[in-house]
Amino acid sequence: MVFSGAVGVGRFLYRFIVGDDWTVAVVMLLALAATGVLVAHRISAWWLVPPLAIVTTGISLRRSGRQHEAAGHRLRR
Amino acid sequence: MEDRNKGGQGRVAVSELTGAGVVLLTTFLASSVEAIEMVIIVLGVGATRGWRSALIGAATGFALLAVIVAILGAALASIPIGPLRVVVGALLLLFGLQWYRKGIARVAARGLAGMSEQDVQDSDVPLHGMDWVAFVLSFKGVLLEGLEIALIVVSFGLAAGQLGLSVVGAAAAVVVIGASGFALKGFVTRIPRSLLQLIVGTLLTSFGTFWSLEGLGVSWPQSDLDIVALLVVYGLAAATYIELERRRTHRARLEVA
Repeated sequence: MVFSGAVGVGRFLYRFIVGDDWTVAVVMLLALAATGVLVAHRISAWWLVPPLAIVTTGISLRRSGRQHEAAGHRLRR
Repeated sequence: MEDRNKGGQGRVAVSELTGAGVVLLTTFLASSVEAIEMVIIVLGVGATRGWRSALIGAATGFALLAVIVAILGAALASIPIGPLRVVVGALLLLFGLQWYRKGIARVAARGLAGMSEQDVQDSDVPLHGMDWVAFVLSFKGVLLEGLEIALIVVSFGLAAGQLGLSVVGAAAAVVVIGASGFALKGFVTRIPRSLLQLIVGTLLTSFGTFWSLEGLGVSWPQSDLDIVALLVVYGLAAATYIELERRRTHRARLEVA
């Protein structure tokens, strides 16, 4: 009972934070880590995260679109 | 080259970043997105299985949510503001990007369409006493949709230094959407939820970017004005992606035809 509850909470948090494309979350966490390293070396790093967020979103949308198209082709065959 | 860690500054400095109106508007809109789903579920259960059990289930769900918000708020409030802004900012950034991406995909695919009614089974409704199926369906609907509201409200409110206002914004959204749902049949399903999700995704991504980087010690060139710049940049990127997605879908349909 406790174990299944913990699994349920874990699943909710994964879905809430990571969602259906884990690559976006990984790229953004790496971008934040890289920003932290640059700041520690006194390098201005406000420009790193926003473009990466936009590019990663674009790649994720494209991949998701292709998967939908591939699924559509399979269904029609 | 001037980045210095400002994470140790107090909550007063943070509260200056985000005005009351912005906190209220953001949490109201964010909560509206989930409240739409919540209200549709409770209305669907109430209409098909009976209102008493559905409303008791919903009220129990809200009571549990209030306890979760209080515990979460107290736990997060004990963390110093610097690390809190990194954690909360990163959380809002990751969550915001999900809604941002889903909002773009859905607006591109469906435009301003609302959300369809949920199918709720209406068999085996007891004539007397508590209908536990209706209770559990309403309770789960409120709790599951409300958990996301709770996490957004607590994290956004604490990072902005205005947890009370954040809770008020969320509660107002639930009351307004709920009352509208009861008063105007079919109104809730006509709200353009995809567009709302995209707007909130853009807001959360912008604030998440700003707060997480500030927490890491980044100095923004124009200080608070850069939140507006982030909103504009993410907004323009979303508009571009919507257009690209529509063109891609159109090309795919032409290929099939």
